[in-house]
Amino acid sequence: MHGISLEHFLTVGLLLFVLGLYTVLTRRNAIGILMGVELILNSANINYVAFARYGGSSTDGQIFAIFVIMLAAAEAAVGLAIVLGIYKNFDSIDVEATDTLRY
Amino acid sequence: MSLAVVLFYAFAIFTVVSAAGVAFSPNVVYSAFALMGTLLGVAAMYVFLAADFVAMAQVLVYIGGILVLMLFAVMLTHRIATANISNRSVGRVPALLIVSGVGLIMGRAIYRTNWVLGTDLPDAPSTYAIGTGFLGTYVLPFELASFVLLAVLVGAVAISRKELRDAQG
Repeated sequence: MHGISLEHFLTVGLLLFVLGLYTVLTRRNAIGILMGVELILNSANINYVAFARYGGSSTDGQIFAIFVIMLAAAEAAVGLAIVLGIYKNFDSIDVEATDTLRY
Repeated sequence: MSLAVVLFYAFAIFTVVSAAGVAFSPNVVYSAFALMGTLLGVAAMYVFLAADFVAMAQVLVYIGGILVLMLFAVMLTHRIATANISNRSVGRVPALLIVSGVGLIMGRAIYRTNWVLGTDLPDAPSTYAIGTGFLGTYVLPFELASFVLLAVLVGAVAISRKELRDAQG
């Protein structure tokens, strides 16, 4: 298809996944970790849609990608509400400072 | 190289460089704005894959919703006057080792596999197929998704509201 192969898209997805994993592993800021999770979800979505496009005429991959986008929105809403709650109690969003269940 | 290939490489490089900005920027505000570039680039990838509806959903939900939420959270939680707004990170060397190992394994899997490709159909609008899929094969997950969203709405409000019981009792 126009000289762009499946491997091109998979490589973009791989690079996004690797950078997202690095973000999750190195950040101590809770919001930074959530951004890394978003990068990983986006890389999985690229793979879904790419396989749907190159594997035939099915749109199942696109439907799965839309479900992933919906769940990412839900995860971000609840995650950021929790982060704001942590900030209220601990006065910090450093994940190493939050070492007790009850403040 | 045709124009489509040149554009694809431009958008792919833009996406990956923005993602690197998210990963390596010391300031979490810059990370949030770099994430916007990444999400736009991923939407462009969807356009190259003839997934028009997914591309629009990406722009509406991710950039219009999630990114704005993240910017709000960033601005609400770091004290601009006092604190260092840089997010310190730990364990760069072990993280780089893990990440490069995972990347090598996955890259090897991508380039060593003989992918079975389907027939190359001309690009067509996908909204009709997605709509019938949502109300046909995937009607149960679709309804479940609306229930999950309702639970998230109630849950996010319940978590972030002011606790009144303590003040009364």
